[in-house]
Amino acid sequence: MTNLVQHDETTATSRSDAAALLQVRRLVVEYGVGAKLARAVDGVDLAIRRGEIIGLAGESGCGKTTIANAVMQILRPPARIAGGRILFEGEDLLGKSTEELRRFRWRNVSMVLQSAMNALNPVMRVGDQFVDAMRAHQRIDRRRTVARTGELLELVGIDRRRARAYPHELSGGMRQRVIIALALALDPQLIIMDEPTTALDVVVQREILQQIQDLQQELGFAVLFITHDLSLLLEFADRIAIMYAGEIVETGPAERLGVNPQHPYTQGLLNSFPPLSGPLTRLTGIPGSPPDLRNPPSGCRFNPRCPHCLPDEPILYLRQTTERPLLRVVESGHEVACHLVAGAPE
Amino acid sequence: MTRTAPLEVRSLTKRFPIGNAFHRAHVHAVDDVSFDLPSGRITALVGESGSGKSTVARMLARLYEPSAGAVLFEGSDVSGVRRRKHVLHYRSQVQMIFQDPFGSLNPVKTVRHHVERPLRIHRVVPRAQIEERVHELLRTVGLVPPEDVAAKYPHELSGGQRQRVAIARALAVEPKVVLADEPISMLDVSIRIGILNLMLKLKEERGIAFLYVTHDLAGARYVADDILVMYAGQIVECGPIEQVLSDPLHPYTRLLLAAVPDPARKLHAQRIESRKGHASVAVDPSAGCRFVARCPLAIDICSRVTPRLVEERPPQAARCHVTAPAPERAAVPAH
Repeated sequence: MTNLVQHDETTATSRSDAAALLQVRRLVVEYGVGAKLARAVDGVDLAIRRGEIIGLAGESGCGKTTIANAVMQILRPPARIAGGRILFEGEDLLGKSTEELRRFRWRNVSMVLQSAMNALNPVMRVGDQFVDAMRAHQRIDRRRTVARTGELLELVGIDRRRARAYPHELSGGMRQRVIIALALALDPQLIIMDEPTTALDVVVQREILQQIQDLQQELGFAVLFITHDLSLLLEFADRIAIMYAGEIVETGPAERLGVNPQHPYTQGLLNSFPPLSGPLTRLTGIPGSPPDLRNPPSGCRFNPRCPHCLPDEPILYLRQTTERPLLRVVESGHEVACHLVAGAPE
Repeated sequence: MTRTAPLEVRSLTKRFPIGNAFHRAHVHAVDDVSFDLPSGRITALVGESGSGKSTVARMLARLYEPSAGAVLFEGSDVSGVRRRKHVLHYRSQVQMIFQDPFGSLNPVKTVRHHVERPLRIHRVVPRAQIEERVHELLRTVGLVPPEDVAAKYPHELSGGQRQRVAIARALAVEPKVVLADEPISMLDVSIRIGILNLMLKLKEERGIAFLYVTHDLAGARYVADDILVMYAGQIVECGPIEQVLSDPLHPYTRLLLAAVPDPARKLHAQRIESRKGHASVAVDPSAGCRFVARCPLAIDICSRVTPRLVEERPPQAARCHVTAPAPERAAVPAH
């Protein structure tokens, strides 16, 4: 349960370039106390560079959303940050005052959530919600906000006259576009998108992803894209981090991870998506279910579900069940936390 | 190729009234849908939300009364049947599995209660054998050891395990047909395949006819033998799934295929056209193809005449004027 193994200070993420826009270091987030204490995020390192799309994938309850909320500093009790640092352009967000955070949010980092239907105020015209958001975070006069609202709506392919519409007059896909436009309102350097397309149909999902990619190329913001759908990330993200039970178990460039996954969990996840073309084989998925974070397995947290963790090899088995694996570089930019995978020579 | 089909659907139609006393209109949720569910085959029903796929499943489960058309179970029409005895008989043969494994189980009852209730109601086995049968069913769906699982409450199980309980409950009455409405969409990615594999096993071992309602084309390809593609209440394409997905006829099927994430290609490699006009819900539709506003192949006739479902490449059929076998436009390039 506790952090028996100290992190190796020389892992690559902690050395990663200072040019990173956002750096999460050794982040620990806990919920509850005593016997109910659960570490939702346990020692996570993550760096996001300017203008890159980084995908964070994992099953429900693995801590993806908790990381997003920690970066935005919107965790509410019983959740609390129990350790680590979150640096945005080199400045630690922990310990900032409420007023400083208020100015930081939206202007530097904004967020797009899964349920756009609930994120918009149902009794307020769409345009007024833009005006509100802009005036809350920026000194700007009303007339300019109205003009800017029109620009933003057109940016996401919605007629500027729809600013007078109420949310219920728009389709689900349009509402999600409105939310994306709203997130762009103050030109943030980073947008966190938490399952932004999960509630949408495949065709609408594809349209929105294309739009995000176009806007990203035009405006140059970075995206932290959180989803459970690894197949979507392989197509969409530049870099992918795979999370399991509060830890990042593998991270690497999307094209590497897709063809050469090293961690058995990543391999299992990829083996859970049947292909749309080519030969069909019987897939296995991953047996068992994710652990209870109040009482995670010792050693590697994936060991009870891992096909390579067998008592036949007592020495390896002992390591797997008692020693927590660290993220090790297997090749440039590709890191894996698994006892089976040997790291590249230092 | 004749195959026994316990369930046959003929021109099934469902209209929901909307509006008020001054302005009456109807949503054509399901329009003239016909298909068979043969034994030992899985038929996938795919389409986006609002296309009417769940309404079809609900009419087959007799949760909705059809506005027109017939549902034939072993040859006799069951759509108007109201007598309790007959309804009970039908329900013992046609079972449904719902999307939400959290909402479909009673939180204050044990797993044993859920699985043995249908055994008692439909008097499947003598009372003395109920316990034994419950354990057998739980083993069939992979919930072991059954003695322990039977005593648990739904909140003690994971989503995948709950869905397995729902499947065990559906199997209790030894149904010939199982209607599965998005059974895996609320489950974690790593356990979805397990449920699909269970469906394959039940199909093979028990010869059950499955209707698998889903929006996930890749999952449909993995389990299903046949596919029905729905758009705005109508079947726009149907046939053997491998044939349909490798060489789709209808432009909507092509659009769906292009939209599914495929790790083999990058996003910008295959862009889809953005949506023009509105889809899905057809409120008192006029004549013409319902896909016309979004269709890249649309020609003059499409907005005037409703296309019929034609077996263009038997048994693969599509509802499209453009791809229909008029010799001069036989070869339509894929976009």
